[in-house]
Amino acid sequence: MIKFILRKTGKLASLLIAISLLSFILVSNSPEDPVQSYIGAEISRISPEQRKNIEEYWGLNRSKPEQYLLWVKAVFQGNLGESLIYRKPVSEIILERFSASIVLMGISWLLSGVFGFLLGILAGMNEGSILDRFIKSYSFIMASTPAFWFGLLLLMVFAAWLNWFPVGLASPAGSLAGEVSLIDKLKHLVLPVATLSIGGVASIALHTREKIIEVLNSEFIRFAKAKGERGIKLFWRHGLRNISLPAISLHFASFGELFGGAVLTEQVFSYPGLGQAIVKAGLGGDVPLLLGITLFSVVFIFVGNFMADLLYVVIDPRMKIKQTHD
Amino acid sequence: MNKKSFSNTKNQIPLLEVKNLSLLFPQYKEGLKESYIQVIRDFELTIYPGEIVAVVGSSGSGKSLLADSILGILPDNAEIMGRLLFNGEHLSTKRQQQLRGKSISLIPQSVKALDPLMKTSKQVQSVIPDKKAKKRIQEEAFIKLGLPPETGDKYPHELSGGMARRVLIATAMVSESELIIADEPTPGLDELTWEETLTNIKQLSKSNRGIMFITHDIHAALKIADKIAVFYAGETLEIANKEDFSGKGERLRHPYTKALWLALPENNFKPLKGNHPESDEVLIGCVFEKRCPIATEFCKTNKPKSAKINNGITRCFYA
Amino acid sequence: MTELISKYLPLKRSEKYNRRKRALATSIIGALILLALVISGFFIGTDGLVVNFEAANNAPSLQHPFGTDWLGRDMFVRTVKGLTLSFWVGLLAAFISALIALLLSLLLVLNKTLDSLVTGLIDLFLALPHIVTLILISFMLGGGLKGVVIALALTHWPRLARLLRAEIMQIKNTEYITVSRNMGKSWYWIARHHILPHLIPQLIIGFILTFPHAILHEASITFLGFGLSSDKPAIGVILSEAMGYLSSGMWWLALFPGLMLLLMVAVFDSLGRNLRKVFDPFKGQKG
Repeated sequence: MIKFILRKTGKLASLLIAISLLSFILVSNSPEDPVQSYIGAEISRISPEQRKNIEEYWGLNRSKPEQYLLWVKAVFQGNLGESLIYRKPVSEIILERFSASIVLMGISWLLSGVFGFLLGILAGMNEGSILDRFIKSYSFIMASTPAFWFGLLLLMVFAAWLNWFPVGLASPAGSLAGEVSLIDKLKHLVLPVATLSIGGVASIALHTREKIIEVLNSEFIRFAKAKGERGIKLFWRHGLRNISLPAISLHFASFGELFGGAVLTEQVFSYPGLGQAIVKAGLGGDVPLLLGITLFSVVFIFVGNFMADLLYVVIDPRMKIKQTHD
Repeated sequence: MNKKSFSNTKNQIPLLEVKNLSLLFPQYKEGLKESYIQVIRDFELTIYPGEIVAVVGSSGSGKSLLADSILGILPDNAEIMGRLLFNGEHLSTKRQQQLRGKSISLIPQSVKALDPLMKTSKQVQSVIPDKKAKKRIQEEAFIKLGLPPETGDKYPHELSGGMARRVLIATAMVSESELIIADEPTPGLDELTWEETLTNIKQLSKSNRGIMFITHDIHAALKIADKIAVFYAGETLEIANKEDFSGKGERLRHPYTKALWLALPENNFKPLKGNHPESDEVLIGCVFEKRCPIATEFCKTNKPKSAKINNGITRCFYA
Repeated sequence: MTELISKYLPLKRSEKYNRRKRALATSIIGALILLALVISGFFIGTDGLVVNFEAANNAPSLQHPFGTDWLGRDMFVRTVKGLTLSFWVGLLAAFISALIALLLSLLLVLNKTLDSLVTGLIDLFLALPHIVTLILISFMLGGGLKGVVIALALTHWPRLARLLRAEIMQIKNTEYITVSRNMGKSWYWIARHHILPHLIPQLIIGFILTFPHAILHEASITFLGFGLSSDKPAIGVILSEAMGYLSSGMWWLALFPGLMLLLMVAVFDSLGRNLRKVFDPFKGQKG
């Protein structure tokens, strides 16, 4: 177990180093001028001397490898730099934004997991039926649906037309943070959550469906039936246990898609989360923020994959043996 | 039931009687037209308490489906015809549901039949009706079969092939079943485990249980069975007594059985030419006609009915 | 799989196979219709795109099946033009992706060090959310058509490469490769004569399946503002513009372009899946 965690931590470290290098190379070769991003429209008003000062302050006058090492050193000390557009420490922004995003992603993740699993079971148990075909088609169509378009439709119907929900933002515009009620917050969450989870249902439903068909055709289900087990009890004892582990594990491993979906959803709903921040950072040439969120997303996905593997190691007796043997 | 069995057995009610059992699967639907594929055709078999009847057939002849039909665990699209009698009473779907795991139990082929995520003891205990005594009964069975006591705490993947086989047999042993269907319990075993498995199965029949022993291993069948039903392309071609398998097979009734007997290493190794018919082949005449050394034009178009011939049953015009 | 499945499958297989073939035929027809639409996108004149305030904000009608926008441009023409653009961008990106995947996976044949480098690279790309990689790459390239194509091509190869690697690994261990090797054939010769022919079906199916992904991601990053510039008739651009007219009641601005995009992605996705099922029944079992 300790070995497992150590190995995973080692992997994360090497991934972070590689990604940081890669993304640094990408970002530092951009035609965007960071000084301009910082100053904004008034770039023409500053003198070459001032400009030089700024460049020196950020270390822009040094060579690229030196810049990278400086940045890495700072990151190691917990300093991700300062955002150019928000004029705040990057770590602060990430924390603030992530706490908004995690609500959106967490609820969507849970909902899509539960519904996807249920739909998958329904489909798989009735393989070939109309219900099965319906769920399958739904999943395939959802997998082809652009999430942001779906969000737009929801906004159009439920917010603009029916007026049930607000058009955007995590809380009503112009109100103070303290005044926002829980109901208001929830109201702002409904549509983004719906957008993010309806699409997320597809892959988990299809996977669960495949798995349950495989299990239902397995020798051990046949034997259990021969032993007189049937109905709910049979499903509970032998079916559920065998399909839930891979399904939950797969769902943890899908943090990447979740993050990607959140970026688009947050953009559509002007939800002030991490996804919206990275779009702003990219569009505004905010290099420190862009790099900071990139690294953060690596950790986020890694945690998902780690949980997926951990589940197997902890729960599946077959993996335990392998662990002790190697 | 007035049609007396050929068997030399005692004057008692047969434990299991299978009459004219046919099993069909719809093959494909094209519009409203539907065609069927027949996996088992007019199968018949009688098992008395304390008797081991082997059903011998090559793989792909639908033997496992036979077990499923008796247990009532066929896939939904299967269509079954004929009569099944258990202890002289009609074995309806409902009765199958009540009896399986209790009066009728299955010994499946391999460790794959055990739920990979459940400890073996739990899987064996699930068939014991007495909830209080189940732990004790299961442990006793394990000891009887020579399984170390800690086996119960193991997961299926931790068992060796032989141990898994014994766990599967234990499941049948602890149940109060009168009929045990052993579905290919021997393939892939080394000689020692093979022998041991057969001994264990034989042991089960001692307590007056009837055993249907489905196998493709004619050696195993001859070793423990009292009667041997030869299964080919979904039909019973012959039901012979163990003693009939001797010499050059003169006492065997059907050419296929003779060929099987002569193909054994100790009897000349004479192989049978040709292949088992495909499951979707439609055969109007005798199923064995294509490979039969004594077949005639008549066999091509006419299907032989089963007939009693010197204390056995066979399905051949020239027996 | 289990014996049980192989026992029942022969009974059901022919039915399944027929159904698959029918499904394949359906998706091929769907793809052809879309292709016709896409090609017609070349020949549709730009008349519909002329600013015409008299015809502005029209709901769908016979004359303008998808309605008109606030500048009086015909939404049907815009959508078809957008699909055409998406199609070519996606095609080019998927093609380059498949090429990268093929070349990188073939390195496996050459030597172990190169191969572990490739595996590392695959891990690296899969460690980042797709969208983030796309943003980073188009950030470096400054967006635009070229940036989008490169970004898409550089992000879609890892999954296919992984698949091809597994395939090569399998072929490499087969006997005839060993025999060829013993006969003194070079790896280049073996790759060309034994490995490549086996990879072609996987490669083509992988390419077709990558294609809808690429289209979807192109629309996504264009929508976010990193992709095609706003003067291009791209679906992503149309949809991000439509966001400004949400409360205006002009539902047709977003509905039809998105629906067409969905249709294109779904058709090519199902084409790829059905092809895989028909040509590669064992791997087709999954997903």
